[in-house]
Amino acid sequence: MRLPEGGRIDRTKPLRFTVDDIEYTGCAGDTLASAMIANGLLEVAPSAYRQRPRGIFAAGVDEPNALVQLDDPMQLATTTELVDGLAAILLSGKGRLIDTPDPTRYDKRNVHCDVLVVGGGPAGVAAALTAGRTGARVILADEQNELGGGLLTENRLLDWLADAVDELDALDETRILTGTTAFGYYDQNFVALAEKHRLWHVRAKRVVLATGAHERPLVFVDNDLPGIMLSSAVRQYVNRYAALPGENIVVATTNDAAYGTAFDLATRVSTIVDSRPEPPRELVRRAQELGIEVLAGAHVQQALGTRRIGGVRVGDRQIACDLLAVSGGWSPAVHLFSQSQGKIRYDERVAAFVADKSVQEQHIVGAANAVYDLAGCLREGFRAGLEAAKRTGFDGSLPEAPYAATETVAPPTPVWFVDGPEDRQFVDLQRDATVADVRRATGAGMRSVEHVKRYTTIGTAHDQGKTAGFAAIGVITQLLGAEAPQGTTTYRPPYTPVSFALLAGRDRGELHDPVRMTPMHDWHVRNGALFENVGQWKRPWYYPRPGEDRKTAVLRECRAARTSVAVMDASTLGKIDIQGPDAGEFLNRMYTNAFAKLKVGHCRYGLLCRPDGMVFDDGVVMRVAENRFLATTTTGNAAAVLDWFEEWSQTEWPDLKVWFTSVTEQWATIAVVGPQARTVLSIVAPDVDCSAESFEFMTFRDVRLADGTPARIARVSFSGELAFEINVDGRHGAEVWNAVMATGLPTPYGTETMHVLRAEKGYVIVGQDTDGTVTPQDLGMEWIVSPRKDFVGKRSYRRPDAVRPDRKQLVGLLPVDPEDLLPEGAQLIAPDTSLAQPVPMLGHVTSSYHSAALERTFALALVKGGRQLIGQTVLAPLRDRTIAATVTEPIFYDPEGTRRDG
Amino acid sequence: MLLIPCPWCGDRDETEFHYGGQAGVPYPERPADLSDEDWGRYLFVRDNPKGRFEERWSHSAGCRRWFSIVRDTVSNEIVR
Ligand SMILES: [Zn+2]
Repeated sequence: MRLPEGGRIDRTKPLRFTVDDIEYTGCAGDTLASAMIANGLLEVAPSAYRQRPRGIFAAGVDEPNALVQLDDPMQLATTTELVDGLAAILLSGKGRLIDTPDPTRYDKRNVHCDVLVVGGGPAGVAAALTAGRTGARVILADEQNELGGGLLTENRLLDWLADAVDELDALDETRILTGTTAFGYYDQNFVALAEKHRLWHVRAKRVVLATGAHERPLVFVDNDLPGIMLSSAVRQYVNRYAALPGENIVVATTNDAAYGTAFDLATRVSTIVDSRPEPPRELVRRAQELGIEVLAGAHVQQALGTRRIGGVRVGDRQIACDLLAVSGGWSPAVHLFSQSQGKIRYDERVAAFVADKSVQEQHIVGAANAVYDLAGCLREGFRAGLEAAKRTGFDGSLPEAPYAATETVAPPTPVWFVDGPEDRQFVDLQRDATVADVRRATGAGMRSVEHVKRYTTIGTAHDQGKTAGFAAIGVITQLLGAEAPQGTTTYRPPYTPVSFALLAGRDRGELHDPVRMTPMHDWHVRNGALFENVGQWKRPWYYPRPGEDRKTAVLRECRAARTSVAVMDASTLGKIDIQGPDAGEFLNRMYTNAFAKLKVGHCRYGLLCRPDGMVFDDGVVMRVAENRFLATTTTGNAAAVLDWFEEWSQTEWPDLKVWFTSVTEQWATIAVVGPQARTVLSIVAPDVDCSAESFEFMTFRDVRLADGTPARIARVSFSGELAFEINVDGRHGAEVWNAVMATGLPTPYGTETMHVLRAEKGYVIVGQDTDGTVTPQDLGMEWIVSPRKDFVGKRSYRRPDAVRPDRKQLVGLLPVDPEDLLPEGAQLIAPDTSLAQPVPMLGHVTSSYHSAALERTFALALVKGGRQLIGQTVLAPLRDRTIAATVTEPIFYDPEGTRRDG
Repeated sequence: MLLIPCPWCGDRDETEFHYGGQAGVPYPERPADLSDEDWGRYLFVRDNPKGRFEERWSHSAGCRRWFSIVRDTVSNEIVR
C-alpha cells in the first residue's frame, strides 16, 4: 500500500500503468516495482524451473525475481522508471526477443577526465565534491535517476545532499551522469558507462570507486516465498517511495544494518531475529523501547505459507508476519574493482571479500571498501576525491564533514543455511538452485566455486550472482567444513546487462563499416552493375542486361574480352609509392624475384612471401624513376602490405633509405582488355603508338589523352589478352571512363569475369587460391623464385616441410560432365575412397567457373601431390551427388601466350 | 582497451595500433647459413611470459612508426 505521506515521489503526478494487462496508478518518481508494491502487488511470475511463487525481493540491480517484458525484452521492475502508459508483462525467468528493428537512435561519446567517480552515494558525492572543487575535470556517474544512494534509503543528511548536488551542478568542470551505469572497467582506466541511449567511453586519470555494497539473502527452508525481501529493500521502498510492502513485519539479520529498517518501521515490526548471541546493547535497548522483541542467537528455520509468507519458525516458536525482511550481511560491490585487475581477499571481520590491492590508478571508498558507517563513508569519500585530484595536478583542502554520528558497526555472525529439507533452501532464486544442488556438486568432488557455479548454474542468470554468489560461497564453505571462503567467481563485464543496440550505437546498417567507392562508382550504378564487397570497397561484380542471370551476363562479358574489347574499373588495387635511393634494394629483399635492375619505364609482376615462405601478396611493380617505384597490391591487402614494408624497413633495415606512401585513392585505373583494345586506345589516346613493337609488353609510359589529361598507360594483362591499363589522377577517373565508354566499343565487365579470365590462364588470386599455407612452388611458380639473391622467406624453401611430396599443389580440374560446376570449397577425394568418417581428403576446390572460351566448366584446386595426379580422376562428394573431375595442368586457355600482343 | 604510449604521438587508444609480437627477435643476418632447427626457432618460437614482456607495436593508424614497450602480461600495466 501507499503510505499517506513521505517518500520522494510526486503525488501530484499520477501515472497509469498496466501489469499483465491490469491497470494501476503510480506516481512520478516511482520505479515499476515501488508502484507495484504501492498497489499491493508483491507477487510476480512463478520461478522458471520449479514454478514456485515468487515476489519482489530487492529494490535495485540485484533483483532476482521481478522480470518484466516491456518494449525491451527482459527488464527488472526494480530498475524500470515508471512512465505513463507503461505496459509490463511478468516473466518467468526468460524474456522474448522482439523481431522489429529498434528505431531508437543510440549514440557514443568518448571523453577524458581527471577524476571519474563511480557511484553517487554519500562516499561518491563526497569524493566528487572535493575533487570538483579543485577545478579538476570530474565525472560522477550513478545508475539511479537521482544522486544519494543509501542516503535516500535511510532518509539521512538529505539537506546536505541537496546542497552538494547544487554545488556539483554549478561546477564548470564537473559533469553529473545519473541513470548511467559503469558496466565495464578496462585497462588504463578505460571505463564504459551505459546511459539510457548513450554509451560513454571514459578515459580517466584517476577513478574513485564508490560502488556501495549488496545486501545478501538468508538461506532457510522456503526462503523464496513472496513477502521475503532484503531488509534494505524494505527500507528503501518505505522511505524513498512511501510504498509499504507489509503490515506485520519480522526482521531476520546477521548484522547491524537491518536494525535501521526495523527502527524506521517500528510500529509494524514485531520481532528482530539476530543470529548473533550478543547483538550490540545499544541496538537491543532501542528496539525494546520501540516495543520490538529481539531474539538473539536465533535464526529463521523456515518460512510458513503457500502463496505468501504467513509466519516464520524460529526454533520452537512460530511468529506470524506478512513480511520478512532479511539481511544475510553485505558484500562490497567489488565488481568493477575486480574487473580492473584489483585483487580481493576474504575479511573475517566483515565476513566478505574486500578490495586488497589496486593495479590501476584508483581509489575504492565507502561501502565498496566495507566501510558501513555514514561518517566513515563521508570521510573516505572526501579524502579520496581530494587525493585523486591532487594526483592529477590540482590542489584543494578537506572540508568539514557534515554531522553524522560516529557509529561502531558490530561484526556479523553469518548463517549459511539451516537444518531442514535442503531442496527447499534456495541459494539462487533465478536458477531455482538449492543447498541440495550445491551438496550434489561438492559430493561430486568439486571444491572451487568456479566449478560449483558451472555444475549448478548458480550465478549464471541475469543478475550474474549479485545476490546468489556469496550465498553459494557460504554454503560451499560450510559443506566442505572449511574455515573461510576460498574465493569468488571471476567478475567480468558487463556489471549489468547492456543492449547490443547501445553497444553498436550508430555503427549499424550503412554505417557499420566505411564504404569505399571508386571515382567511377556512379557510372556503375547507373549502368546496372551488381556489386561485390572486397574489403571495404564496392566493386562491380557483373553488369546484367535485362533478362540476364549471372551466368549469362558473365559469359557475355568474357566473350567480349576474348573476342572484341571489354573494360574493367581496376581502381581498387592497392598502390604504394616507394621512394629513396635504396628502394630497388629494398624491393629485392622483399619480393621473391629481382627488382634492383628493373629498367625505368618497365613493370614486373612480383610475389611477396612471409618468412615462413608462404605467399602473402602479389602485384605489378613499375619503376617510375631510378629512385622511385609504384607497387600495386591486391585490393584487400593494401594496408597490410604497406604495414609489411614499414615493418621491415623500420625494424630490420633502418639503414636503407626508402619511404612508403599509400596512393591507392590518388589513382583511377581502367583496364582495357581484348583484341580490339588498340582501337579504343587510338581514340582515347591518339598520340600514343600502341603497336606491339613500339609499346612492349610489361612497359608503361606517361602520356596525354585526347583531351590533354595526363595519364600513365601500362601494358599489363591479367587475362592473357592484349590489354592496357590507363591510370589517371583519381579526380579525372569518371571523365576518362566516360571517354573510354564513349568510343562505343567496350563491354564493361566486373570482378566475376575478371576471375574467370584469369583462372582460364591459371593466374592465382591470393587469398582465394592461397590461404597462408601455400608456397610459390606449390603454385607451380618456381620461375618467380630467384635462385641468386636472398629475400624474405627464401630460407624456408629448404625446410623439410617445404619439400614434402604430398604438399598441396595447384592443379586444374575439368569435370567429366562439362556442364557440372564444382562448388568452390568442395573437398576432393581419390576414387574408391570409403565415405566412412574420417574421410581422407586430397584437397579442395579453390576457384570454379563456367568458361565461354572453353564452352564448359573448369576449376582450380589445391590437391596433395597434385602434379603427380595430372590425367587422373578425383571425386568431389557433395550432399546429394558426387562430381568426378580430371586433374589437369592449371592452365586452360592459350598456354603458348599467343594472344598477348593482340 | 590499452592506452599505448607512442614515442612520437603520445598516449593513444589501442585501436590505432597493430601488435608486432616479441621484441628483439632480429631477422638472421645470413638465413642461408642457419640449420633447419635454428631457422625454425626464428620462425616459430617466441617467449610467452607471465609478467613483463618486451613487445613491438606499430602505430599503424597514426604515424606508422614501429616501437617497443614493456608490458605486464598479467596486469597489462605498461612499464616503459
Ligand atoms: Zn604515433
